[in-house]
Amino acid sequence: MLERMTDEDFRAHVQGGGQVETGDAMPEDYRRALIKFIEMHGNSELMGVLPEREWILRAPTLQRKLALTAKVQDEVGHGQLIYRVVEDLGKPRDACFDDLIAGKTKFHNVFHYPTKTWGDVGVIAWLVDAAAIISQKALLKCSYAPYARIMKKICWEESFHILHGRDVVLTMMTGTDEQRDLVQEALDRWWGPLMQFHGNPIPAEHDPMYEWRIKSQGNEEARQQFLDGYVPQIWELGLTVPDPALRKDEETGVWHYTEPDWDELKWVVTGHGPATERRLGLRRASREETAWVRRAVLADAA
Amino acid sequence: MIWEVFRQEREGQPLQHGGSLEAPNREFAEAYAVEFYGRRHESVALWVVPREAIVEIAEPYVADVFDRDYRRVDGYSLKVKLREARERAGTA
Repeated sequence: MLERMTDEDFRAHVQGGGQVETGDAMPEDYRRALIKFIEMHGNSELMGVLPEREWILRAPTLQRKLALTAKVQDEVGHGQLIYRVVEDLGKPRDACFDDLIAGKTKFHNVFHYPTKTWGDVGVIAWLVDAAAIISQKALLKCSYAPYARIMKKICWEESFHILHGRDVVLTMMTGTDEQRDLVQEALDRWWGPLMQFHGNPIPAEHDPMYEWRIKSQGNEEARQQFLDGYVPQIWELGLTVPDPALRKDEETGVWHYTEPDWDELKWVVTGHGPATERRLGLRRASREETAWVRRAVLADAA
Repeated sequence: MIWEVFRQEREGQPLQHGGSLEAPNREFAEAYAVEFYGRRHESVALWVVPREAIVEIAEPYVADVFDRDYRRVDGYSLKVKLREARERAGTA
């Protein structure tokens, strides 16, 4: 068990690859940073199911409906594991839900946008999940060990989701011209938010989440990894990425692109996205509507 | 009530700590553990243990007050002796 140490020693501990367990002494700043980061992740799992939930009834085949339902179930399960970690750090789950539906805490930018067509569902399930898994894989080395441990299971399920998304996209790309157009239009809509997803390119050493080794890579590093892994896969399907400046410098291996709209990112994640209010409203309503179930179940269990 | 979850990925492997869950009683703890850790057949065995039942030992080793290298692998160096023994026997 870690005994109380100075913030400086603690920083040296985590920066040297040391890990921290639930019962260990830790600086308040570290605990607060962990809660903020992990709670945002939990919120994103919970809000991330809403765009997909909207499509369960409209999915084109029974197989797709079942797959979407299973995915929603997975994401809610991730939320359960993640909020549990937050609870051990000192913030009860109810407080997390209160803050989420009051708009006081954040969730990922991509879940603030509407899903217009089935093409969006494919692009989200493939590319949004791909962007997310890059961030999540970097959390396997998180200095807070209980979080790193559950990420192992979460990453495993997320890779499965990417497979599902890629299958949806490939099915459409091998279908009719109309289906191909739906995918292209969805990619056009989602490219901006996707490029904003990993955050502004502040150097890792200025990122407090990196300083504490909550994250193990910087934002730009994650974005480069995303571009390197997925742009060739997008291109090989005959899709066009809606950024004329996008190219890889073959000598340095670095991707160049048009500066993402950081003002939009900031505006959207602070609760002003086109679907923010509607989705938070749904979360609020479902919490009220299901309150009796929790009361009944817990009364019986007591 | 907090329960710690241990899971086994394949038969014969050790059960490892997977995470924890909150449940009001044993029945719920079992149901949640299956729901969170067994939905995709990722576990062949699950243990749920009330957190307070776990005893954590602060210093999980015998302090090296004396030289105890006879208890450790690095206390036995066979290489040099083996070479000498082989030379002596003429089997080197």
